[in-house]
Order: sequence, then structure tokens, then C-alpha cells
Amino acid sequence: MTRHTGRGFAAINYPIGMNLGGDPSQALVHSNPDGKFTVALSAIDLGQGMKSVTRQIAAETLGVPIADVYVDTADSDTGPHDMGSFASRGTHRMGNAVIEASLEARSVMLEAAAEELEVDAGDLVTDGQGNIHVRGAPSRSITTMAAAQAAQFKQGRTIAGRGIFLVPLSDVDPETGEMSPVTTFAHAALVVEVTVDDETGEVEVVDIQSAYEVGRALNPGLVEQQLRGGAWMGMSHAAWETTEPYYPARDHGPVDFNHYVMPGPGDLATHHISVLERPAEDGPYGGKGPGEMCANPVLPAVVNAVYDAVGVRIDALPVTPEKVLRGLQANGGARPRQAL
Amino acid sequence: MAKIPVTFTHNGTDRAAFADPGQNLLEFLRRGLGDLSPKYGCGQGACGACTVTIDGQTQLACLVLAETVQGRDVRTAAGLADGATLDPLQEAFMDHFAAQCGYCTPGMLVSARALLDTNPTPTREEVIEAISGNLCRCTGYEPIIEAILSVAGRRATA
Repeated sequence: MTRHTGRGFAAINYPIGMNLGGDPSQALVHSNPDGKFTVALSAIDLGQGMKSVTRQIAAETLGVPIADVYVDTADSDTGPHDMGSFASRGTHRMGNAVIEASLEARSVMLEAAAEELEVDAGDLVTDGQGNIHVRGAPSRSITTMAAAQAAQFKQGRTIAGRGIFLVPLSDVDPETGEMSPVTTFAHAALVVEVTVDDETGEVEVVDIQSAYEVGRALNPGLVEQQLRGGAWMGMSHAAWETTEPYYPARDHGPVDFNHYVMPGPGDLATHHISVLERPAEDGPYGGKGPGEMCANPVLPAVVNAVYDAVGVRIDALPVTPEKVLRGLQANGGARPRQAL
Repeated sequence: MAKIPVTFTHNGTDRAAFADPGQNLLEFLRRGLGDLSPKYGCGQGACGACTVTIDGQTQLACLVLAETVQGRDVRTAAGLADGATLDPLQEAFMDHFAAQCGYCTPGMLVSARALLDTNPTPTREEVIEAISGNLCRCTGYEPIIEAILSVAGRRATA
């Protein structure tokens, strides 16, 4: 028995969002009587951090402290329309909608402040700390809370904004087949190292070196969290998870977590991540979002690494010990590519 | 069927409640006592989402008959914080981005707390062993391991 080491490479261009119906997201932003803001969205935070990122985007655009923004994704029946949380679209689509809605709400907030300060709204700036003041004259100021309360209780003004992000549906040109299904791509490349046991057929992913280009990383901690967890899931899809039975028949397949096996905390690969920030032109503050691309390139890289290690080309996922052993048998044994 | 009276300690508070015959501890805690911190994942002891401690030992609440906790000390993730003051482990999970969807998090916290209560300075291998019964789909485990090790005052060596 020998354990062979192999290295595999994969790269990906990943489209952000999709083309169906223009893939719109809507956002509604309004101020509350305490001068804080609510952002209403119908896309759901699955743990990927969408609420955190849209909250950052709203605070930045409104010019108020992040603590003064609450993102409400409670109810898609009553909230503004959204296509949903999928297709790696959250940061890009919802973020852009939140910017548009926040800009409109901000302009009303500044009009309310201008009326109180008896100045032109065009001369007002926010300090991000909860104050609005005349540009160059910080003493001529009003708090955002006072401006919001004046709007609501004195001026009869609604500090609110509507936002939508829509890329008009791109039809296929019948002559050329040309279309523009997406406006933004994210990119990644990675090198995976595996060991393959030529007696048991077991594949172990031991190391991942990755570079992900995600536009601007609007929340670097969340970006790394997604990349690390996503690569683990890619590794799991590549070499672990399957509903197929090994032997002898379909009804011997896994039906629970005892048999549908995923890598546990003791099966981790080391993973060195490089995040390359190239702000996207049409992204909210340049962001695209890591999304599904976290996991996808790990799979072909693992398959390539197995080929490098023992010369077995697997063309159906996942890479199970059975497939590796059948491939070794067909080849008459391991043929490490590095030895060729 | 007659209900079964059970008196026990729940997160340090004496409680008395009626359990249904055959009811498991997970349902008893969630429906009977309103403690929603233990989660229902698989219902067959494979995922760890319902992890609690009974007299300091980690147990899977879905596999424990409610009536068997009579007179015993049951602790869940809901008992980790002291009012608004979080357990250092909870702080560490936040600081290390060790939760995403959050479904495994209460079970992870209970398993980690039980480890640190008996072994305040675990090695990375001991941390892995302690959470090996808790499945996580989002994080890739590494941030969770790092969070627990940070509370133990050891630097992670991956």
C-alpha cells in the first residue's frame, strides 16, 4: 500500500446574479420616530451575513452610525419584492437597491434638517456620528434624531426612500446567439493537495491555497468566513458526500447523518486564503460577494489532484474510494503523474 | 395516559413540570419549558444540535427520556449567559465568526463549555474530540475550533 500525493488546480469565473426577469431586488428605507432607520428587504439572511452587509451599506449611504440602522427581513408577504437569497446575488443586487433607497431617504432627511437650520439642503453634510451640519461650519448642526423628529412631528415630512436594482432582461440574438446575462463576474483560482491511498482508494484533501477576487470585501471578516466554510463544503462535495450506496443496491444507500458522511472537525485541510479586491463598477461600494463561488472550484481541483496523484481520471462526483479503486484496477495500478 | 411529574434543575433554577410518557428531553425542554436553545436536527442522535449537559455530562436531549432527569441538573445554551453578560465562549464565537446560520451553535457551545469545565486548557485535538459529535454545515469548523482555543488561552495551530 502506498499513499500518493497529488496537486490539482482549478479556476472559475462566476456570474453574480442571473438574467431571469432582470433579477430585481427592492429595498425600502424609512426613519423611525427615534431618528433611527429601518431597511425592509424580503431576501433572507441564511447566515451568510446579508443583514450585516446591507446594514453597513445603508449606514454608509445615509451617513448615520451603523447602530442607528436596523435591517428587517421578517416577511416576504409584506416586504418589498425580491427574487431571493441565491445565485450569489445578495450583496450585489440588494446592496444596490439599498443604496438607491438610502439616497432618497437621505435627501429627505437633509431637507428636513435644512428647514430646521434655515439653510440650503445642498450645503449640508453628515458626519456619520449622528449629526448633520453645514459644510465647513460644524457648529451649524442638528442631530439626525432631531431632524427626523422635526420631519415627523413638525414638518409632516416622510423620511423614506425606495430602491430597486434591475438589469433589464437580455434576450438572445437569434442570429448570433449573443446575450449579456450578467453584469459582473467574480473570480477565483486555487491549488489543492491530496493524498490517495492506492489500497483503500481513500482520498484526503490536505491543503488548499486559494485566491478569490470578490470586488471590494465590504466586510472582510464575513468574506473570509464564507470562503473558509464554502471551501470545506466544496471539499465535502468533492470527496465525501453522496446518496449513492457503494454496495450492493440503491436501498443500502445513506438515509441519515451516520451514513451520509461529511468531513468533521478532525478531517480539515489547511486553507490559506488570499482575497483580491478589485471594486466592481456596478457593485455597491464595489462589492460583488463570494457566494457559491466559495465551494465550486474546490471540486475540479480535487479531481485534478487525484489524477495527478494516481493517474485516475474521475468524471462523476464525488470521488469515492470505489471509483478510485476501479480506476486503479483499469489502469493496472497507480500511475503518479509526477513520476512520468 | 397519565402525565409524569418531573422536578429538576434547569440552568440553575428549580423547576417542576409534567412530562408525557415517552416524551424525550428535547421536546420537554422546548415545548414544556419554552427553552428553545436546544435544536431539533436529526432526532436520532447523529447531529448534536440538541446537546445539553446532565449533571455536567454532555447528552443528546433527543435520546434522553424526559422523566429520567428527575432530581438532576440540566443545563442548556440558554443558561450560559448571565443576564446581558455573555459567557466568554459566546463572546469568542462572535469574535471568531464561529457561527453562520446558527443552528449548530447552541450545541457547539454546550459541548465546548462542558470541555472547558473539566479541562480548562485543552489541546487542539481535545477540542476536536469534544465537538466531533456536533455537525456544522456552514463554518468548516475551523473558526469554531479557534474560538474555543482562544478561551482556553491557547493559540490555534492548524
